[in-house]
Amino acid sequence: MGQLYDMLTEDARFSESLKACMNCGICTAICPAAEFFDYDPRQICDMVQRKDENEIETLLRSETIWLCGQCMSCKARCPRGNAPGEVITILRKYAQKLGYYDEKIHEQQYRISATQGRHILETGYCVHPDIVYPELHPEQGPIWKWYTENIADLAPKMGANYHGEGPGALRKIHQKNLDEIRKIYEITGGLDLMEKLTEE
Amino acid sequence: MTKRYWNAYQKEIAEDHYFYERSCIRQTFFPGSEAAFLRIMREELHKDIKDEANQHTCTGIGYHSDIVPLETTMTVVARLFSLMQEDGYTNYVPSCVTSFGIFSEMIDIWEHQPEMLEKTRENLYKATGREFAIPSNLAHPSDIIYKFREELKKNMKYQLVNRFTGKPLRVVEHVGCHYAKIFPERGIGNAEFPYVLAGMIESWGGEVVDYPERRHCCGFGFRHYLLQENRGYSIANSKKKFESMEPYEPDFIVCNCPGCTMFMDKWQYTIAEMENKTYDKEGYGIPVLTYEEMAGLLLGYDPWELGLQIHQVQAENLMNKIGIKYNPDEKYRGVNGKILPKPERPSVLKQ
Repeated sequence: MGQLYDMLTEDARFSESLKACMNCGICTAICPAAEFFDYDPRQICDMVQRKDENEIETLLRSETIWLCGQCMSCKARCPRGNAPGEVITILRKYAQKLGYYDEKIHEQQYRISATQGRHILETGYCVHPDIVYPELHPEQGPIWKWYTENIADLAPKMGANYHGEGPGALRKIHQKNLDEIRKIYEITGGLDLMEKLTEE
Repeated sequence: MTKRYWNAYQKEIAEDHYFYERSCIRQTFFPGSEAAFLRIMREELHKDIKDEANQHTCTGIGYHSDIVPLETTMTVVARLFSLMQEDGYTNYVPSCVTSFGIFSEMIDIWEHQPEMLEKTRENLYKATGREFAIPSNLAHPSDIIYKFREELKKNMKYQLVNRFTGKPLRVVEHVGCHYAKIFPERGIGNAEFPYVLAGMIESWGGEVVDYPERRHCCGFGFRHYLLQENRGYSIANSKKKFESMEPYEPDFIVCNCPGCTMFMDKWQYTIAEMENKTYDKEGYGIPVLTYEEMAGLLLGYDPWELGLQIHQVQAENLMNKIGIKYNPDEKYRGVNGKILPKPERPSVLKQ
């Protein structure tokens, strides 16, 4: 067994995600990413379970593992109970850990981490209307633009507590909660990953 | 044999005393749906449900976009469970389907690998001084509405019936992937035959449209939507679904996942702008509702308090078909009746 394969098996999710794939290809047949991109989860599972060090390194360095959309349709259909989408998550984790990604993927992960990742720590939300800027989201359409321009008047009508104290949708998340989230990030490696991803 | 078969597709849903966890996406795009859920629970079903001020994101979108490590998400989840415990609850109800998948996954890992549970307890205590208990019951709000669908029906003023033809409305139900595809046993009807929304539709007078791409993903794709250059993946998957459902002429679409609801609403606008194409005959688009909006409308709640005016595909035609009474003058008013400017009209999609 190779060093890279052993490393993948150390992840807590690995043992439940890949158990003797029989290469039937149902995962690829059902996969929305396989339909849109040049992408084949069956092949990825096969490459991992062959335990060939060079193949796994090629996979870790490839753009392929970044094409999965994480819908996990593959998990529902696999007759062996495997979760190719979860194998992808583990491969991505180690690709980032080892720095095995090209400039394009690095720049993409930088962008996600520098925007959404930072937003989680600063506001306590993954998504919030204040950061879904209509100019960056033309697909959201004119009603989204109208909503964001009038949110202080519209959100309370729908029962939200926009930037308010206490419970409710879109409330201000109190600093003591943000401090605890940051501390969790610090202790569990979340901050280290953010720092790595946002390195210039 | 039949009985045993269906037993495999049921799940236990707590009767009362719930801890509600809000969703980042749902608060952003459908705040009225969360308000409607709490109103339904308290005013229609007379249930006890806690809306905790100190709750926060589960980090789910970051986790599936690979910018948050497993151990971090796991410990953030543990903090949310700690808040539940602190408030004296054991039944956890996450508003978001992504969160529902995240909680299911973390609990599954803890059940299979007790050392991960111990490590999480240690990390949470070290970071915050907190302790936590795993919920005794985990249910999505759509599970709860499904469970009490017959009780709610008694309070409903309207049915999912076309008042002009007397025929049931034809409804496309879209169940979010992370509701049952990761852990089929946690969803009503499993991953292949999810009945959570279909059960509501049938109980409330409608007819479920069974179309070829019924189980296909809406195309969110996590990192794919977050990256502008990858949004083609997202819209292409929704388009595939629209093309597949179009021949069945659905009256509306209902979803239990906030991301799916938003994408299936907004991508209809984008496709109309890009290709001059709508998926209904009249050019208005197919309205996309959350299950709380569907239930709220039938219960007679104000559509503008539910938030239907912030959907890109407007729902007046649907409300007219059902015979729902509403005040059009209230549509573009804010809280306290303030008159607001009207939104721009799309160039293709009729409003």
